Amino acid sequence: MSYIVKPRFHHPGLQKNDLGYTRRDYEGTLTTLCGGCGHDSISAAIIHAVHDMSLAPHQVAKVSGIGCSSKIPAYFLERSHGFNSVHGRMPSIATGANLANRELYYIGISGDGDTASIGLGQFCHIVRRRINMLYMVANNGTYGLTKGQLSATADPGSKTKFGEESQYDNIDLVSLAIDLGASFVARSFSGDKEQLVPLIQAGLSHRGFAFIDVISPCVTFNNTPFSTHGYKNTWENNVVLSEIDFVPMRKEITARYSAGKEKEITLHDGSVIHLHKTSGDYDPYDRENALYHVNEYKKQGKIATGLLYINQSQSDLHELNDTVDKPFNRLNEHDLCPGGDVLQDINETFM
Amino acid sequence: MKPTDISNPDYFHKVVDCQWACPAHTPVPEYIRLIAEKRYTDAYMINWESNVFPGILGRTCDRPCEPACRRVRVEEQPVAICRLKRVAADYKSDIQARLPKIPKKKNGRHIALVGAGPASLTVARDLLPLGYEITLFDRDDASGGAMRTQIPRFRLPVEVLEEELNYILDMGINCRFGTEITSMKELLAEDFDAIFVGTGAPLGKTLKLPGHEEAAANIHTGIEWLANVAFEHIDSIGETVIVLGGGNTAMDCCRSSKRLGGKDVKVVVRSGFDEMKASPWEIEDAMNEDIPILNFCVPKRYLLKDGKLCGMEFEKVRREYDENGKRLLIPTGEDPLVLPCDDVLCAIGQDNAFPWIERNLGIEFDRWELPVLNQTTFQSTNEKVFFGGDAALGPDNIITAVAHGHSAALSIHLLCEGQDVNDRPGDLTTLDSQKMGIHQWSYDNDISHDVRYIVPHASKEKTLNDINVEVELGFDEELGFAETQRCLNCDVQTVFTAKTCIECDACVDICPTDCITFTANGAEKDLRQRLLAPAENLEQDLYVSDTLGTGRIMAKNEDLCLHCGLCAERCPTSAWDMQKYLYNTAKAVNA
Repeated sequence: MSYIVKPRFHHPGLQKNDLGYTRRDYEGTLTTLCGGCGHDSISAAIIHAVHDMSLAPHQVAKVSGIGCSSKIPAYFLERSHGFNSVHGRMPSIATGANLANRELYYIGISGDGDTASIGLGQFCHIVRRRINMLYMVANNGTYGLTKGQLSATADPGSKTKFGEESQYDNIDLVSLAIDLGASFVARSFSGDKEQLVPLIQAGLSHRGFAFIDVISPCVTFNNTPFSTHGYKNTWENNVVLSEIDFVPMRKEITARYSAGKEKEITLHDGSVIHLHKTSGDYDPYDRENALYHVNEYKKQGKIATGLLYINQSQSDLHELNDTVDKPFNRLNEHDLCPGGDVLQDINETFM
Repeated sequence: MKPTDISNPDYFHKVVDCQWACPAHTPVPEYIRLIAEKRYTDAYMINWESNVFPGILGRTCDRPCEPACRRVRVEEQPVAICRLKRVAADYKSDIQARLPKIPKKKNGRHIALVGAGPASLTVARDLLPLGYEITLFDRDDASGGAMRTQIPRFRLPVEVLEEELNYILDMGINCRFGTEITSMKELLAEDFDAIFVGTGAPLGKTLKLPGHEEAAANIHTGIEWLANVAFEHIDSIGETVIVLGGGNTAMDCCRSSKRLGGKDVKVVVRSGFDEMKASPWEIEDAMNEDIPILNFCVPKRYLLKDGKLCGMEFEKVRREYDENGKRLLIPTGEDPLVLPCDDVLCAIGQDNAFPWIERNLGIEFDRWELPVLNQTTFQSTNEKVFFGGDAALGPDNIITAVAHGHSAALSIHLLCEGQDVNDRPGDLTTLDSQKMGIHQWSYDNDISHDVRYIVPHASKEKTLNDINVEVELGFDEELGFAETQRCLNCDVQTVFTAKTCIECDACVDICPTDCITFTANGAEKDLRQRLLAPAENLEQDLYVSDTLGTGRIMAKNEDLCLHCGLCAERCPTSAWDMQKYLYNTAKAVNA
């Protein structure tokens, strides 16, 4: 960690968003993670994404569990809501918060230990329950906070820096999420913000459970030439299945990719993503097809990234349960105790 | 772009904006750090080696360093570099033991210096320690040149002036003061090994308008009048004074008048207030002394009463620009402005004058009557004759004169050694890592966000009643320290090693000013637009690395780097390192 406070001076040409904030206004405290940790790039990507979307800090809630990954919410959006829960239990907190206030943007930050080991059960159920949130895993294949043991997402054959080789098959969180019915599933790399930032924006705008598995190298314990989660391996074996441009609501649409090869997807909040397929027979609307591609590349030692699967027709938890529109904190006495007439009406429905 | 060649001594020198802008290239951040450590004497000596007159310049310098200060690119005000220099001078201890030893045995070379101003004294300072004999001529009875005659005592106390002059005079100079040289031919005949001309720009301009002849007794030339005040030949002026001109001489004239009996003193300038040549702080000090500055008034005639000056008439004008963008002053057609006055001071410029240099000695002059010089060596077309200071390139400032002096001294030394004056030694540079621990540097990288501290002034009651009372009190140690903390340490460079970079983006994410980008290479113009934040300041370089593992390059915009070292602190492989770049110009002693 660094001992000095990051100077407040910033680039005089730093852009202000629609709310008049610069990107620096969305920062958190100075990171205490190791220098070079991929997680810091995830923080930076979230800061970019939320600033560009002109979300006010109070519209966002950050939830996390335990681990290096789960420290990240301290380093972005200092003025947002936040809850740092027990290990692997972030999904419960996120579910409760989301039920109580459906208007906030929820960013869940977890790690491979927090999600694929101790929290695997909770993860499966939050996917299944279709909570409207962005769930990100900072995936480095190692338990950095306990000094570098292999984690459940370490690929077979991958070695720690101490030479220990992973004997088991890894849990592939992307496949799991698609399989369990997540309606937005992506994979990215902390080193590639051009890809990660629009994915975060699309994930936040998507209504339903959005999941991004971010390969985020542990520079201290798992960045050797023998690690499949290191910087070098990820740069070299990254296969981009789809590239996206994110166009927030109300913004003029200008595409980065050549026309014809791309799909325009309008999200529930009116934002648009331009999805550009880079692989011929791949179809991001087709669950089986997406799973097939992810697994095929995995067999070749490649890492499929980009927006892998999207389903916009799925209802979220609130829709399925026909919950009240207002957040709980805005329900007044009249809303909660509507009086004898209403009770009478309800009773009559049972007659 | 090609990878940046950081072994080019100019590359990192340019990043140290203050030092690059200083004509003498004084290592500013280095001495500011020493002041912060209360090592005032060390800070003073760094200055003394480089600019010879730290105490004088700490009060009077034109400060080309300050507008260049990096700080103005991230906030409003530069570091008060000049006033920190004064802190070093004010709080130093005795420096006698640190002055260069003067050899008893001389090297047999004898140099004549004409004019005892900053340029000549710098030549003397550089050559005396090498065993040269020096004869110094001046028409005045004392040394210092413009530093003594043009700068009023309320800006530069005589003790400060003489202390720093004496460091040089005490090295052993044959002083021939009070003797005006009237013939270069005769001087050349005295068989000196070289002659250095540092006679300044001694000819003040006057304004010849109708009425001038009759009113001449009360119309004074600014620089002559200031010299007479300095030598106490003049100790009073009329109650109502008009000062013509908008430069620093005008500011010194009006403020001096106010102290010598002027009650109603005005400055009148032809063009706009914002076009005045005087330093902003000089204008501010004059206005603080309740001296009004009237602009857009073109002087038309001197008005007389009983054959004596009684006022001036001015035509009022407004500013317009023609199609070429040239500024024009157009009469407004209003009634002329009539200002009463007892005296007029013309501070409208000064000229060089070399009536004493015969034109058949091989010393060529250009059409502005300035000597034809090599601007690196300061050698004239007569190989034994050198020029420096205002005498060389026209009116400028003290620090420029000092810089000329250093260059000319080196040339004279090379000439006397029988070497080619154009074959000059390279500048002296070092580049050393400042890393002391994982997150510990040998410099204080935690910079202050404070705004510039204001130098306290003595009360007007005191200063306006005695021309010898210094107005600025200078920073005390506490204020001086606080001001040092504003310095960004631009000499501690961010040095990048491409082969150890793992492209983790840690430096990109932490940089407070978005200086660093990893991207595909391209032409400079294109690259400048593709950076995380566009690099619009074309005067500042891009630092471009070799190609990295992913085929990209690292491009750093030097423009806004705060030198906070966070990139190097976050770098897991030390691909970034903070290294101190010390740059000193080569002087005679290095030849």
